[in-house]
Amino acid sequence: MDRLAIEKTYKLFVKNEFIRSESGHSLAVTDASGVTNVARASRKDARDAVLAAKEGHKSWAGKTAYLRGQVLYRLAEVMEGRRAELVESRTRAGATDAAAEVDAAIDRVVHYAGWADKLATILSSANPVAGPHFNVTSPEPMGVVVVVPPEQRPLLGLVSTILPIIVSGNAALVLAPEADPRTSVAFCECVATSDLPGGVINVLTGLRSEVLPHLAKHMDVQGLDLWKSATLGDELAKASAVAGADNVKRVKVRAEAAADAEGLGFVEAWVEQKTVWHPVGL
Amino acid sequence: MSKDANVQGSMTKPPKQGWLYAPSPEATDNVRLAPRYELFVDGKFSAPASGKYFPTVNPSTETVIAEVADANEADVDRAVTAARRAYEQVWSKMPGKERGKYVYRIARRIQERARELAIVESLDGGKPIKESRDVDVPLAAAHFFYYAGWADKLDYALPGRRARSLGVAGQVIPWNFPLLMAAWKLAPALACGNTVVLKPAETTPLTALLLAQIIQECDLPPGVVNIVTGAGPTGAALVGHPGVDKVAFTGSTDVGKRIQRALAGTSKRLTLELGGKAANVVFADAAIDQAVEGIVNGIYFNQGHVCCAGSRLLVEESIHDVIVRKLKRRIEHLRVGDPLDKNTDVGAINSKEQLQKIRMLVESGVSEGCSIHQSHARLPGRGYFFAPTFFTGVSQSHRIAQEEIFGPVLSVLTFRTPEEAVEKANNTVYGLSAGIWTDKAAKVFWMSRRLRAGVVWGNTFNKFDPTSPFGGFKESGFGREGGAAGLLPYLEAV
Repeated sequence: MDRLAIEKTYKLFVKNEFIRSESGHSLAVTDASGVTNVARASRKDARDAVLAAKEGHKSWAGKTAYLRGQVLYRLAEVMEGRRAELVESRTRAGATDAAAEVDAAIDRVVHYAGWADKLATILSSANPVAGPHFNVTSPEPMGVVVVVPPEQRPLLGLVSTILPIIVSGNAALVLAPEADPRTSVAFCECVATSDLPGGVINVLTGLRSEVLPHLAKHMDVQGLDLWKSATLGDELAKASAVAGADNVKRVKVRAEAAADAEGLGFVEAWVEQKTVWHPVGL
Repeated sequence: MSKDANVQGSMTKPPKQGWLYAPSPEATDNVRLAPRYELFVDGKFSAPASGKYFPTVNPSTETVIAEVADANEADVDRAVTAARRAYEQVWSKMPGKERGKYVYRIARRIQERARELAIVESLDGGKPIKESRDVDVPLAAAHFFYYAGWADKLDYALPGRRARSLGVAGQVIPWNFPLLMAAWKLAPALACGNTVVLKPAETTPLTALLLAQIIQECDLPPGVVNIVTGAGPTGAALVGHPGVDKVAFTGSTDVGKRIQRALAGTSKRLTLELGGKAANVVFADAAIDQAVEGIVNGIYFNQGHVCCAGSRLLVEESIHDVIVRKLKRRIEHLRVGDPLDKNTDVGAINSKEQLQKIRMLVESGVSEGCSIHQSHARLPGRGYFFAPTFFTGVSQSHRIAQEEIFGPVLSVLTFRTPEEAVEKANNTVYGLSAGIWTDKAAKVFWMSRRLRAGVVWGNTFNKFDPTSPFGGFKESGFGREGGAAGLLPYLEAV
């Protein structure tokens, strides 16, 4: 006898918890398999997520770089274990190269996990100042970065944008791709079992045009990583960058295609450099 | 604003007149300033299309030194066009090695004309000659010398990637360190292969124009450096010009935000070095006398016209009274007066407008109930001067604890635990610099990790060096100047 499958409820992911939108609203996602409802995040959800991300950043940045690398590698392990589900989710959304995308995404997580305890070595400098002073410059996380990842190859886009932000100790607040929000939620299930502290990765599904303008103004957000796509056009990107200036946010607006790349440059964009001086003497 | 804003009275008794210092003025006979300065565009000095000139005033005498061209949009356009041509035809094609040699030349010629530049800096801006002579000018030369050596080593700046220049940089600089800020902007831009249009501040254009002469003497290809003088509208025309690929601004947070908004939606790259309200944190276990010297240097250096000035003193409660007592005595010994006098510690406030702003904020400190302590130094009868001042009884919500005063005015607050010190130090929209005074090295590092500031001075303050990156967190801006990190704003990965 055929067994009736259990359907998944797609919720928001904030502070390592799957929650419904406080608004009670949902969005219908239609594909060949039928209609699925995903949560439609509200402004209030966005505000709550910023608070969660602030806490997540504090906890995460306080860990050793070694531990951050371990946890991020663990995320890759969990994704590998859920590989079939991730492939199925992307295929269901219409992807034709789902397996390749998932493999690339898992490998990308491994790539950035390895940067955790190396980025400070490469991005730091010992500065030979002309005087009896010890002087070192080293990178530090900024805090909370709002990410609007690409719509194309959304799982790969998600990890390619989030990982370089969080590897240094930042927290990410992600506005999921609208075309395939379900894979983002499946990814969050990997995050939830990876030992990442709550609040480091927060993912809101819904309408970007509804939530982003509010987050762009938020004074507890330090950065905006905006990847242009069908759901983030020039106008919304520009308006967000203008609003971001209210507290001198670090804003990057980039072309979608560039997301399919990895490396230290993406990490460097989301760190602050701190220089410490101290006299040397007896 | 009443003269009473200089509230000299109420506090301590004036100290007994000890021995006075005889005047020791720097000789100025080797400095010949022209009555009028033109724009420096495409390697030549030329009159502005605007036909307009504005006076630049000596703030210690309130007399006009010279008149300076006021560049309008057409002038800015001419400068950007020259910079573009120089970028495409000459500078971007030149091997780094050759480019570097031009920048070395600039460094050497600044050293040769060091004293002349120092004198003009003090005349035009009001800073004490001992600071312009020993800090501003040597650091400016060192900055060019340092970045010159980077010109043929740029691939080391972006590990694992190849670096290339951006194009034409539009740079707008402030009046507090006029020549030094020109050096901070020009040296890395040129070393990285960009060409530049630079706008100096309207109250202090002269040393940048002398630098233009030096650049001309160095035979830099025409158009590689262009200097356009003017006020806000000139700067707005420059940063808004579509031919500019990169904008670098040092100045107020308010103007910085306006520039950031104006550039939103464009492909221009931006770096901002903005305001500050630095906490200078003194623990009870610090070497007290050294800390007092550091506090004084932190706030009264350059009349407090320093974005990274230690303008909020956070002192551990148990040593508050002794620090205040020592500070009161120490500020009486600061010599306030003629910037060209070699004994002067605190010179003239840069402009009448700035003096009014300082008075207004000091007035707010008094009216909000803080206790004012001021040096009894006799201020010159003419010129813009303000006596070294500090406030006690300041709480975090007072304006003088939140707003950047940009003058010789310190706010004193207290704390009981290191955690409270961190909380209060970070309780500001700014994040440029911070100071820590303690005898325990572990505590310096514990604090320095938690302070949200781009530069942290442990048991020292206001130290600068071309090899040492400088720049802010939060609303103090983004991007670094100095060191290898200072190359990044002028490069992109290929």
